[in-house]
Amino acid sequence: MAEVTLAVDGTTVTVPGGSTILDACRALDNDQPTLCYLDNLTPVNVCRVCVVEVEGNRTLVPSCSRPAEEGMEVATDSDRVRHSRKMVYEFLASSVELDLVDEETVAWMDRYGCDPDRYGPPADPSGDRDQRKAGHHRIGPGTAAETVHQPVKVDNELYVRDYSRCILCYKCVEACGEDAQNTFAIAVAGRGFDARISTEFDTGLTDSACVFCGNCIGVCPTGALMFRSEYELRQAGMWEEEGQTVTRTICSYCGVGCNLDLHVQDNRIVKVTSPMDHSVTSGHLCIKGRFGYEYVQEVGDLAVTPIDEILRRARIDDRGPRRHPEPRA
Amino acid sequence: MSAEPTSAERLAVDALLGPPSPSGDGEPSQPAERRVAFGGYRRSVESRHMLLPALHAVNDAIGWVSAGALNYICERLLVPPAEAYGVAGFYALLSMEERPARVAHVCDDVACRTMGGAEILECLGGRPDVHPSPCLGQCDQAPAVFFQRAGEGDTVLVGATCDRVTEVLEGGSVGEVRPVVPQAGDPSLRLLKRIGTVDPNSLKDYRDTGGYQALARAVEMGPDRVIAEIKASDLRGRGGAAFPMGIKWEAVARSPALPHYLICNADESEPGTFKDRAIMEADPFAVVESMTIAGLAIGAERGYLYIRAEYPLAQSRLQNAIDRSRAEGLLGADVAGSGRTFEIEIRRGGGAYICGEETALMESIEGKRGEPRNKPPFPTQVGLFGRPTVINNVETLINVLDIVLEGGAAFAEIGTGESTGPKLFCLAGAVARPGLYEVEFGRTLAELIDLAGGVTGTGRIGAVMLGGAAGVFVGEDYLDMPLTFEDARARGATLGSGVILVFDDRTDFPDITRRIAQFFRDESCGQCVPCRVGTVRQEELLARHRGGEPLDEDLFEEVARVMMDASICGLGHTASTAIRSVIDLGLLERSRG
Repeated sequence: MAEVTLAVDGTTVTVPGGSTILDACRALDNDQPTLCYLDNLTPVNVCRVCVVEVEGNRTLVPSCSRPAEEGMEVATDSDRVRHSRKMVYEFLASSVELDLVDEETVAWMDRYGCDPDRYGPPADPSGDRDQRKAGHHRIGPGTAAETVHQPVKVDNELYVRDYSRCILCYKCVEACGEDAQNTFAIAVAGRGFDARISTEFDTGLTDSACVFCGNCIGVCPTGALMFRSEYELRQAGMWEEEGQTVTRTICSYCGVGCNLDLHVQDNRIVKVTSPMDHSVTSGHLCIKGRFGYEYVQEVGDLAVTPIDEILRRARIDDRGPRRHPEPRA
Repeated sequence: MSAEPTSAERLAVDALLGPPSPSGDGEPSQPAERRVAFGGYRRSVESRHMLLPALHAVNDAIGWVSAGALNYICERLLVPPAEAYGVAGFYALLSMEERPARVAHVCDDVACRTMGGAEILECLGGRPDVHPSPCLGQCDQAPAVFFQRAGEGDTVLVGATCDRVTEVLEGGSVGEVRPVVPQAGDPSLRLLKRIGTVDPNSLKDYRDTGGYQALARAVEMGPDRVIAEIKASDLRGRGGAAFPMGIKWEAVARSPALPHYLICNADESEPGTFKDRAIMEADPFAVVESMTIAGLAIGAERGYLYIRAEYPLAQSRLQNAIDRSRAEGLLGADVAGSGRTFEIEIRRGGGAYICGEETALMESIEGKRGEPRNKPPFPTQVGLFGRPTVINNVETLINVLDIVLEGGAAFAEIGTGESTGPKLFCLAGAVARPGLYEVEFGRTLAELIDLAGGVTGTGRIGAVMLGGAAGVFVGEDYLDMPLTFEDARARGATLGSGVILVFDDRTDFPDITRRIAQFFRDESCGQCVPCRVGTVRQEELLARHRGGEPLDEDLFEEVARVMMDASICGLGHTASTAIRSVIDLGLLERSRG
């Protein structure tokens, strides 16, 4: 396709045909906020935080997916753009737990002057989000701001789902589906504010089609999906990201050659990721690469660390002692 | 999740999809194999569009969709259960929990709520088989109740009372509902000329009153000339967006991508609107003939008619019209001797206002959640199943008959410069003769209200809702406004879907406004943040106001602005317009308490 030339905030830029407005912004080092966009997933353009104003368009357009066109005049910092971005962040911050989002997002929220408190105090958490029916909701007095808060789903040893942190960016659904894993264990269920990520009939992951590849964790931007190890350590107040090292290695299970980033705290692997820009994985792994690291620290005569204790206790809480032998003390 | 279907559930699905083939699909399988797709990706993609019909089949027969039934549907159609669950739960009329065999959906929306709908809910609201419902499209015969009856088919009760609803829930029957067309028999009528004067089930009656002459003429003319006449007529869409129809037809007819599709949007759900229902119930052959002309003109071999589930009578009349037309060679392999193929298939919605949005409707037909697509690309480029698609509203389509017979230029003489042709208006609320009215574009709001017998109640207008919940409320100063697209635009109003809902000056406008906010929150698909959360925050602001606090107008304005600027589709764009107009009229403060 031929190149197209457009203007972003008054600066002319030429990009290859098929590029999006976001691509054009990036070519100019004109950074734009995104939440539901990820380079290794198909854009769903649902979060609307990347909206920009395009001359001649009645409404704002999502820069992540709108193709750049010849002669387009794009404004990324107009009053309308700033207002919409501020409101999107405020809407999310007033309804979702956002304390684990990345620093970049926090910086954008500061820049746009978000004040989520102005919608009122958060409403009491609800235990029935998974049972809510489309087209019906309880009509409250409006004195508190409704949220998506609900109990954490802990139903397996590998990862937890804390949908109080879910901004419904669809990334996990895409990673579970055609963009990576083709497993389709989760989808968006319900409607409107009660829309949520769910297995069929909200069945537990171990009873669902989930293959525990953890690719949903890899793409989650808010910490709603989290390694069980990270979750337990956070619960115990022992998660120390600053003290962790990240070691890149190659997965030893098969010949594909996936890169692994081992996140290590106190000589224990506490999380495994894969670099998104790695040509083999594009950030995605399988169950072995992501979760199959226990053998590294279960052989030999390693001393039991406080981390081991925390994780062991969690497993015992789940279902009694594990069937295979405990690591030697 | 492992769960087995009952034999009744299997039968319901097999009645729709046919018996399972011996090659594997639908065979009793081990739970572990349930997630394996036999037959491949392609067959999975190709069968996905049957998901909503299959869910309906079970919901209709059994009253709800169990985990076993869902699993069986998923096996037959190769759909992942999590996705099917997400689709089923998107639709308000599909139940994923066991429930009574008869369920009443009582309308308490803007038109019915003050006409007895709210009272019925008050007296029956505690029952597990009674639910509040958004507008059922029966505003002229309020209050309305829609019944789902497992194994017996759905039905509608109008002019409902608490006692009648109880009777029907306990096994009683409902009488026939007839569209209210006070002008019936008036020889000047075009769109409503057959309504109330012919048997809607009789093809002979239809032909005796000029039916199928337009199709014969269109076959003679050929597609290019038909499209030229449509363009000359300057016919604009009657669904709310007022887009010129000829431009859509031409774009699709010329598109090299094949196949082309036609969709008739009969998902009429805008609160206060009942015009398309009346046409479909009383003149169904006109809809079939119009669709056929459109299909031939744009080079489509298949047309879908997507109708809201709350219109069971219209659905059966249309199916009858399709069957009879096909039996006479007016649909099928050789339409009216043209040598061309055209088929019409009815698809039923599941209780989701958003599916009236054209791209959400396409997603729904494709077996997905009714979430609107980002535009561009537009449906004429990438529409149903990714193919070029014309999608037109019912009322828009039936204008085609006169355009073909009389010529586009003659049609363009009717009405005003920008608003050509006849137009249907749905008059309801505080008027003496509520019903469906046809006039030429250009009559004023006052004339329409007079046509409907004038204002009842206190006799003084409090406000008039124009164009539905996505429209605006106007005061008496708009009575002189000619009802045309150009006048409405010039005065910051809209005709929308042709709603004229009159409220007298004793109306509890804060209550009406809060109900509209509730409607948009309930009907938001939930896909984009501005609308998903904005409709909630908007409702909370109005609820606080109703509780006695002053309305935070600045915050309301900020919420409204982001929904209008940054939402994906028209639902979010218009979710605040009616409420804002009530505020601007001062009705929120004046009538409180």
